[in-house]
Amino acid sequence: MQRFTQLYSELDETNKTNAKVAALEKYFRSAPPADAAWALYYLTGNRQRRAISGAQLRDWVSQETGFAPWLVEESYHAVGDIAETLTLLLPDLDGDGADKPLHQVVQGQVLPLADLDGAAQQALVVATWRQMDRQQRFVWHKLITGAFRVGVGRTLVVRALANVAGIDKAVMAHRLMGEWQPNAAAYRALLDPDTEQADHSRPYPFYLAYQLEGEPESLGPLADWQIEWKWDGIRAQLIKRNGDVLIWSRGEELVTDAYPEVAAVAAALPDGTVLDGELLAWQDDGPLPFNVLQQRIGRKRLTAKLLNDAPVAIMVYDLLEWRGQDLRSQPLHARRQLLEALVAQLPTSDETLAIHLSPLVQPSSWADATALRDESRANRAEGFMLKRLDSSYQVGRIKGDWWKWKIDPFTVDAVMIYAQRGSGRRASLYTDYTFAVWDGEELVPFAKAYSGLTDAEIQQVDAFVRRNTKERFGPVRSVTPELVMEIAFEGIQKSTRHKSGVALRFPRIARWRKDKPIAEADTIETLRSLLAEVNG
Amino acid sequence: MGKLLELTESGLYCPEGDFHIDPWRPVARAIITHAHSDHARIGSRNYLTTPEGAGVLRLRVTGDWVTEQGYAPPQITTLPYGQTRNINGVSVSLHPAGHLLGSAQVRVEHGGEIWAVSGDYKTQVDATCTPFEPVRCHTFITESTFGLPIYRWRPQAEIFADINSWWRANQDQGRTSFLYAYALGKAQRILAGLDPEIGPILVHGSVARLNHAYAEADIALPPSQYADDEAAKSTRGRAIVIAPPSAANTPTYLRKFGPTSHAFASGWMTIRGARRRRAVDRGFVLSDHADWPGLIDAIRATGAENIGVTHGYTAVMVRWLRENGWNAWGLETRFTGEEQEEE
Repeated sequence: MQRFTQLYSELDETNKTNAKVAALEKYFRSAPPADAAWALYYLTGNRQRRAISGAQLRDWVSQETGFAPWLVEESYHAVGDIAETLTLLLPDLDGDGADKPLHQVVQGQVLPLADLDGAAQQALVVATWRQMDRQQRFVWHKLITGAFRVGVGRTLVVRALANVAGIDKAVMAHRLMGEWQPNAAAYRALLDPDTEQADHSRPYPFYLAYQLEGEPESLGPLADWQIEWKWDGIRAQLIKRNGDVLIWSRGEELVTDAYPEVAAVAAALPDGTVLDGELLAWQDDGPLPFNVLQQRIGRKRLTAKLLNDAPVAIMVYDLLEWRGQDLRSQPLHARRQLLEALVAQLPTSDETLAIHLSPLVQPSSWADATALRDESRANRAEGFMLKRLDSSYQVGRIKGDWWKWKIDPFTVDAVMIYAQRGSGRRASLYTDYTFAVWDGEELVPFAKAYSGLTDAEIQQVDAFVRRNTKERFGPVRSVTPELVMEIAFEGIQKSTRHKSGVALRFPRIARWRKDKPIAEADTIETLRSLLAEVNG
Repeated sequence: MGKLLELTESGLYCPEGDFHIDPWRPVARAIITHAHSDHARIGSRNYLTTPEGAGVLRLRVTGDWVTEQGYAPPQITTLPYGQTRNINGVSVSLHPAGHLLGSAQVRVEHGGEIWAVSGDYKTQVDATCTPFEPVRCHTFITESTFGLPIYRWRPQAEIFADINSWWRANQDQGRTSFLYAYALGKAQRILAGLDPEIGPILVHGSVARLNHAYAEADIALPPSQYADDEAAKSTRGRAIVIAPPSAANTPTYLRKFGPTSHAFASGWMTIRGARRRRAVDRGFVLSDHADWPGLIDAIRATGAENIGVTHGYTAVMVRWLRENGWNAWGLETRFTGEEQEEE
């Protein structure tokens, strides 16, 4: 595990892309395939479900070190990261740590934790502590707490691995899509210089867009662009190959079983078809708000009631494979033509009701487009997608040919009433805040927001929190209501679970309103009227 | 009889002897544990410190910038480690604190009652100052900057080896190494640990000024050059530059050194998040304060039953001491210990 630990340190110690790619290449060139497979598994964001809670680990480290539980808690609050806290509290090993191969550590000291009872888990954890050195323990803690992250995006891993294999990045990206087993054979197959064979279960890497920051006129003539509504659902690929149907979410999760209505559509699709689109909760002839779809996310058991309350459909907007042919290098207008023909030819049946073609919006000018975009919310969309008509279907998030052109978010001015320490880079600083609006004389909490402030502002808020704490509840402090911030969010829905009666989508801090006294913050009425506006 | 030392608006005060220890407001007579700015403030009339510490204290509390604020030039008197001076019937002596050159613990004795004030201290070795010596006392006032068990320092030799190999690795890539450290104490401790065989050693102006005071106190430091434009040009890609943390915010200055790599040396670098927040390439865990075992060993070695805890993880330290049989309480001072963020 030493080699993997070393890789972790090297990646962690630099912000420079080239140095990261070099460290990855060095690792993949030298690591045995059985280990490299697991390294790749974790580096590309896969992880096991967490088998042990942080509280349990803190309890065991207290027993192992003799530090009182409260002292372990204080340490945890100061560090803000469980893996790191454990590492810092444990005594140094006498002599060098064991250096077992990574795959053995994973198979012997990570995976089995899920199937052991508490006492056996503790025994395994303690035994591992006693054989690993400090840095190995840290990485292992990250693995067993399901929190392995090391600041390399998938793109860098793909680039490094493509260099090692001597094949094109796009081919490597495709090979890495979907689910693959972290074993030596799969790893060797990834590095195979023969690029002809493809795995039929695999989705294509998604093409993602950046938000358009300037005016649309900067994009050149309107005639070069295809405009669609930007739907607020789950991006997905629907695959039909060799009679098999697969639905892959953009998070590369196989979700076929979670959306049987959509999977049923594929029965009518010809073999060798891959569609790109958006999963949406759907009723009659239009999409429902995201929070309806949310009821379906992560549900293992689909009851008839759930399927009835929150039916799902797919809105398709691109055709990536047709008759077994990869169409991604074809221009968008050609793919669209084939897509329209394909959808039009589908027989009309109960099954095919769950597939819809994302309509094109055809404004007469960019000014007209700007005006139409303001109707997004009425169309249950978040704005427009702008796609160059001659664009190929690229890999990853790339500027130039595709843009998101989202409508401005909702905003309200709110008062900060609670603060909590962050984690990772922001551990030991108060960075997570709860905001409230006025309900008469009372401040009612309605949103939590984490991001949006600059580092300098976070320092200032942190200092404010420390000086103005009213009460402490574990890691949370209530503070004197004094700071007003503008909170931006994408959507608002009625909620019975929140005291304020509303649930927001993507709340974040837009800016710190240092100019506003708390009396001028918004009221619950403002939220209610936004709610009414959305629900039309 | 009241307490031998009490906390007043100006700081720790001895009513019997009519003197303050590290006062944060101007007073008639101030005994100074060390010359960091949170302990040695301007405006008092008399300062008492060790002979080793007088040079750096003079830089801190005298000069035009002090008289310009309307303060008379102060008098600085010295008292060697271990010698006793009678101040209004109270016996006062200074004892090595191991924090930096001339740093002292203050021992105060009156009517058979002995108190000791630690100031800032560390129990680790440091070639640039006299090592910490425990003072037997009834009541010990200790700092607690790193009063959590997550803070356990590694031997300084390991850290210096890490620093030197980081410097070498940077050289191999044609990078100048920027190592940020507090100008007084930490900077000199690091200089003493550098291997001058590797390449040229440069120091930022604020460090150079203090090095001078160290030289006058006969502390051996490797030869270093002042990091001006010319030195930057001639040593580009090879040198290590020791600079205060504020230099990290001067891009124009940094650019003169060509490609650079940055590191920060501080006890806070124990926590990964703290290093990442500073956006440095490396964090070296090196502190001039006692770590958790150091604090506990030091407290034990005093034999004191009563422990006053100042700046740092005060509440944690107090609770731990109480649970382990001491009579402990927290003292709200204005000392800051090792600054977590910018000075």
